[in-house]
Amino acid sequence: MPQAEGARVQPETAARVEYELQLYYWMKLIRAFEDRVSRLHRQNKIMGGVYSGAGQEAICTGICAPLKDGDFVAPLHRDLGVFLVRGCDPARLMAQLMGKETGLSRGKDSFLHGGDMEHLIFGSTSMLGSSLPVAVGAALKFRMKREKNIAVAFFGEGASSRGDVHEAMNFAGVQKLPVLFVCENNRYAYSTPLEKQMAIDDVADRAEAYGFKGHVVSGNDLLAVLEVSERVIAHVRAGEGPALIECKTYRYRGHSEHDAALYRDQEELLEWQTRDPIPQYELFLEKKGHDLKHIREQIDERTHRVVQEAVDFAEQSPLPKPEEALEDLYAPNSGAVSKAK
Amino acid sequence: MEMTYIKAINSALMEEMRRDENVFMMGEDVGELGGAFKATEGLLEAFGEERVIDTPISEALIVGAGIGAAVLGMRPIVEMQFADFISCAFDQIVNMAATTRYRHGGRAECPLVVRAPSGAGIHGALFHSQNPEAWFTRVPGLKVVAPATVYDAKGLLKAAIRDNNPVIYFEHKRLYRSIKEDLPDADFTVPIGAAEIRKEGTDLSLITYGGTLGQSLDAAKIVEKEDGLAVEVLDLRTLLPLDRDAILATARKTGKVLVVHEDRLTGGIGGEVAAIISEHAFEFLDGPVRRLCALDTHVAFSPPLEEAILPNTNKIVDAIRSLAAY
Repeated sequence: MPQAEGARVQPETAARVEYELQLYYWMKLIRAFEDRVSRLHRQNKIMGGVYSGAGQEAICTGICAPLKDGDFVAPLHRDLGVFLVRGCDPARLMAQLMGKETGLSRGKDSFLHGGDMEHLIFGSTSMLGSSLPVAVGAALKFRMKREKNIAVAFFGEGASSRGDVHEAMNFAGVQKLPVLFVCENNRYAYSTPLEKQMAIDDVADRAEAYGFKGHVVSGNDLLAVLEVSERVIAHVRAGEGPALIECKTYRYRGHSEHDAALYRDQEELLEWQTRDPIPQYELFLEKKGHDLKHIREQIDERTHRVVQEAVDFAEQSPLPKPEEALEDLYAPNSGAVSKAK
Repeated sequence: MEMTYIKAINSALMEEMRRDENVFMMGEDVGELGGAFKATEGLLEAFGEERVIDTPISEALIVGAGIGAAVLGMRPIVEMQFADFISCAFDQIVNMAATTRYRHGGRAECPLVVRAPSGAGIHGALFHSQNPEAWFTRVPGLKVVAPATVYDAKGLLKAAIRDNNPVIYFEHKRLYRSIKEDLPDADFTVPIGAAEIRKEGTDLSLITYGGTLGQSLDAAKIVEKEDGLAVEVLDLRTLLPLDRDAILATARKTGKVLVVHEDRLTGGIGGEVAAIISEHAFEFLDGPVRRLCALDTHVAFSPPLEEAILPNTNKIVDAIRSLAAY
């Protein structure tokens, strides 16, 4: 049975303190970015599907913070935070959402589908769960090349019902590949509640059936996520095989910005908002003796500036030219030179 | 060296894996067994189980994992044990592999080969006889090839492996051991996107590919001898992108075109070929573009049914005569 694992006391170092403040910055940046995106959508400056991850910031932050350069991440459609934490330029990310030439996909695909291969962020399709086999293939490459990198695949509890998820986890287990599966269980697959999706309580229970360990953690508690992710990622990196971390969380907004989520009980939302990851983490910082008011002011100023600069860049960027619709379909051939070292 | 079609596939795999250590093979029963048809025989012994990977029955995983390795610079060759099973990997091929470069704004490459043993005429019935190429030939981002000769089996597979894009390689099961050819020992490739004239002629053009090339050449010989008809036979070889220049050149030359394929009539490649000709060579035509294809049904099992459904040499002869008389 997977166990709920709580926070652990970390040895105190200056670097650790700095790291903890960086984590706070990331969560605040994700929230500020997400809020701005929702507003821009209402102003018709961002068209198409917008899938807010507000309320789920601790997961992107807590899973990605311990990753290293060269690790491969396949985020799901709601994981804008993965892009920011993995080092994607916020300006290019905003340009991506506005369909601009300077965006990650040069206007070809919407929202997060563009990925950012410069930072080894593989863009998802809308077929949820389809990225898991891809992440497994990335892990296969790492092992074949004796690289100490890992692949991370995010998916929702909704996607966990898809066959691709089963196929990916089964093969990863058979081959003992360096891949971490992260389930963001936010209780709703669009409108369909958990009890109509699965007959068990925890997606993590399934890991055992594939021959590796599943962990359940509160996805709204950054320290709890981090405690598990740091340890589990170290195991996966050490070649001990795949792992699954299920983060229990809640989707604040609708499935997309078009969805008012009237199928949910308002009290349920309010109850989850009392467990918001950001105030929880602020409490931790305060307990550690930080001057929270001061830090918050500093960080709010910084995130506001970064988001505003991103919006300015995106708004000033050109739209793609119509003739570019036929570009980027095929890669030129390079005389059979393969890229992997 | 003289070899069969399947041996040509095997030797292309062997040579490419030797040439480039980033090439690896993955699929159901490809290792220990050497593949259901022995296409991968000897690879496990030569390259070890890290590069010749036996997988569970998981087509979506097989293709998806190929994509993940490919975007990191590897050159995976994944096998669908039968092309019929490719439907289980449809999403990974058309939504994932084919869009990878496009949705990443040209900043990703997916050099993946999907080998798919296709075709009927071996009493394979509904789920071991399919020719699913036309499901993929309208998907931008993919390339689709279908070799009809031993030389092309080897040359197109090598070209597919060296290509920086996802390529679906349809190999016809009926050809595996039924045709032989003397191949050069030196390394060679066949360019993707280039059709090939297999027989010159002036009276009528027969455009075909894959499993029906041999039957088409036999039929052309028969009508040459018995009717004095000079049929030009064009082998498409690549189905995406189609060699439009070669299609239009032969249509303009003879003015009459018969398209033959083993895939079903409706929605098959023949419809696209006919449309290209009617749009761009209409004034050269002396008759309608005709199609001889499998009947619009599933490939049935029992021999009289199978024979009724599939094209064969006699049916092609009749179709040539009918069009020639138009």
